[in-house]
Amino acid sequence: MSDNTILSVRDLRVTFQTNDGPVEAVKGVNLDLKSGETLAIVGESGSGKSQTTMALMGLLAANGKATGSVKYRDREVLNLSERELNKIRGKKITMIFQEPMTSLDPLYRIGDQLAEPLRYHAGMSRRQARPRILELLRLVGIPDPERRIDSYPHEMSGGQRQRVMIAMALANDPDILIADEPTTALDVTIQAQILELLADLQKRLGMAIVFITHDLGIVRRFADHVAVMRRGEVVEDGTAEAVFTAPKHPYTRMLLDAEPEGQKLPPAPDAPELLRGDKVHVTFPLGGGFLKKPTYLQAVKGISVNLREGQTIGVVGESGSGKSTLGRALLRLTESEGRVAWLGTELPHGIDEMRPFRHQLQLVFQDPFGSLSPRMTVGQIITEGLLIHEPSMSRAERNTRAGEALEEVGLDASMRNRYPHEFSGGQRQRIAIARTMILRPRVIVLDEPTSALDRSVQKQIVTLLRDLQLKYKLSYFFISHDLSVVRALADHIIVMKSGEIVEEGPTEQVFDAPREDYTRRLMEAALSTERFRPAS
Amino acid sequence: MLGYTLRRMASAVPTIFIIVTLTFFAIRIAPGGPFDLERPLDPLILANLQRAYNLDAPLWQQYLMYLGNLIQGDLGPSFTRRDFSVNELFAQGLPVSILLGGLALLAATIFGIILGAIAALKQNSWLDNLIVAIATLGITTPNFVIAPLLSLFFGVILGVLPAGGWSNANPAYWILPVITLALPQVAVIARLVRGATVEALRANHVRTARAYGLPARVVVGVHALRAAMLPTVSYLGPTAAALLTGSVVVETVFGLPGVGRYFVQGALGRDYTLVMGTVVVIAVFVVIFNLLVDLAYAWLDPRVRYD
Repeated sequence: MSDNTILSVRDLRVTFQTNDGPVEAVKGVNLDLKSGETLAIVGESGSGKSQTTMALMGLLAANGKATGSVKYRDREVLNLSERELNKIRGKKITMIFQEPMTSLDPLYRIGDQLAEPLRYHAGMSRRQARPRILELLRLVGIPDPERRIDSYPHEMSGGQRQRVMIAMALANDPDILIADEPTTALDVTIQAQILELLADLQKRLGMAIVFITHDLGIVRRFADHVAVMRRGEVVEDGTAEAVFTAPKHPYTRMLLDAEPEGQKLPPAPDAPELLRGDKVHVTFPLGGGFLKKPTYLQAVKGISVNLREGQTIGVVGESGSGKSTLGRALLRLTESEGRVAWLGTELPHGIDEMRPFRHQLQLVFQDPFGSLSPRMTVGQIITEGLLIHEPSMSRAERNTRAGEALEEVGLDASMRNRYPHEFSGGQRQRIAIARTMILRPRVIVLDEPTSALDRSVQKQIVTLLRDLQLKYKLSYFFISHDLSVVRALADHIIVMKSGEIVEEGPTEQVFDAPREDYTRRLMEAALSTERFRPAS
Repeated sequence: MLGYTLRRMASAVPTIFIIVTLTFFAIRIAPGGPFDLERPLDPLILANLQRAYNLDAPLWQQYLMYLGNLIQGDLGPSFTRRDFSVNELFAQGLPVSILLGGLALLAATIFGIILGAIAALKQNSWLDNLIVAIATLGITTPNFVIAPLLSLFFGVILGVLPAGGWSNANPAYWILPVITLALPQVAVIARLVRGATVEALRANHVRTARAYGLPARVVVGVHALRAAMLPTVSYLGPTAAALLTGSVVVETVFGLPGVGRYFVQGALGRDYTLVMGTVVVIAVFVVIFNLLVDLAYAWLDPRVRYD
């Protein structure tokens, strides 16, 4: 242990008592953090990376227990009493969380919440704390801090709330800042701003940062040291350069390879046009009533798209840009104005009138956990559409089709008698894809189908989608904020902002030579994270 | 906020109008009338009585007449207590009911919150289990069991408190009725607060407070309990209206001059005006307390804004 090591974790184990017996989430982790450096703990969900830091902050759930040793400046902090621990956490070691929307108390003004660490650690009064809070808000780039100090959290955006959390973390000049996936819940451009802010603050204030993430791009850009965790163990650690250029452990290599690669060729020039939207408008009423004037939100403002057979149109943009709404309007799942034509004839509006078209126009949702009914077997879920579109089909025939569809998406046919909760996120998304594939569609709207999945699983889903497309000449309308996935899957890109197309063109052109400033910002935010390339 | 309050008050008028209308015709549909005694009255006397109370007029005329009087604040004469108007009956009884109900509400809120918070903080300990068990008992035991038991034990066996009766001046007479009224509410509120606090303690912002080393009293008292109050406040609105308008069981067991019994007595005796009066009073209380709840909610939770 060298002199400037400020945090040293030895043989840390975290065990949770559950109804199925004890579960060991962290299995003997060793980590060292030197002052002023950035350590990234990388791993997929369930790898124990968050629980490692929760244990040292004394924040484990009630059924969790930590053993081993965590030394902060040669002082044991693991399993300290709350009172003793409270002298360190929030003062010398601080933390920001994955959920900026809910990490602040919704019932108090942010000024009051920022004052608390100052009052209880630095002994300031509310009044003494105020100038310091204003200074902190300015430091983290909150505009107009004199006004914002009296705002409630719900009056701020996710990015601003995360800035407030960072301000809270910095309040008492900490030695260590633990950032637990601080940008996962934010839009890409906001992500980049928050990361830049953290890097900049580290440079100016000199604290050490423990960065917990599943996003290797971030690690590559910021970390000095990297620890790769898998199933509660550190499988590889070293300097960022070493880990990225010469990964030793196969799991690390797998993670590095997991970033989707390859690109899609455009469809043949004579590929028939399947789905065409002309000047599609979608407007949502935002209330109003008997006495109030009604107000409207224009979610999609006159967008025209043309999807050809075998084509994948990638739609990118920040949340609220209208990309999902556009996808739904093209499937007539939401009321819209303008023309939507299928094979040259206009699609009808009513639910009943649309039914004959539905099996050719399918949709896969983002959330593989919420979109499968928990009370139906997988077989029932994927054959449900057949009951409507091919009512004459016999039960045995449906059963065979279910087996085929599952095998098509890389699952075992025998899984059709099991329930969704028995499957992982990636498997569930395969089930959702099987549910659409069984109807033999020609167009599928994919609404962020990989966003809720780990990188390595994402890659498998991307491969699956690609194979299905080649085999069945499918056309995809692929909605995502994840540019690396879009780049791998789409041959044509639409960039949306506030309901309008700001730029569109062939994938290569949009990625390599973006014309619009907004596109460039989006690209930079998502893709400029390449500091070390792996030696291949 | 003032505009919102006034609008809410104004919107209560049609609500009460509908309640009054429905009740007026519903009770007239019920067979029998206020002067149907076991031994029928002389037809001539009956006719005279009915003329005196305008019961011989067509129903719609009676209805309009009632509405006209109601707008002037006159609830009419009681049919069964012939020396009193309904206004006089409420003027005597309502203060008693409000006093007892108010004290019970206060006690229930204080003890319910304390017990619920303790149970939540010591979740799954023996203390938590005990509080939950007692709360369940409190919810499931009807007040017509609790009231006589209390009266028997403290009034008769121990003889420390009056077993029944009423005195405006001597609080000893108030204690047992207040306990009877409060106990089930303590139980309900304790369970509500326990559940809400358990949930609030798991909230991300409470984790933040703990991560920043704030003392336990701040984590719990400032960040968890305020959020936990919200469901309790919602519950208190209708509960307050119910408690303050009296309880027929408690008034009967302890022999109290409250207004709770009027509803039952009025309905059984076909005392049309008394029933109507009770309905109007309860409706007004419900409207007022629901409004107070909404205002309190907005005060507790800045995300709720009325304008």
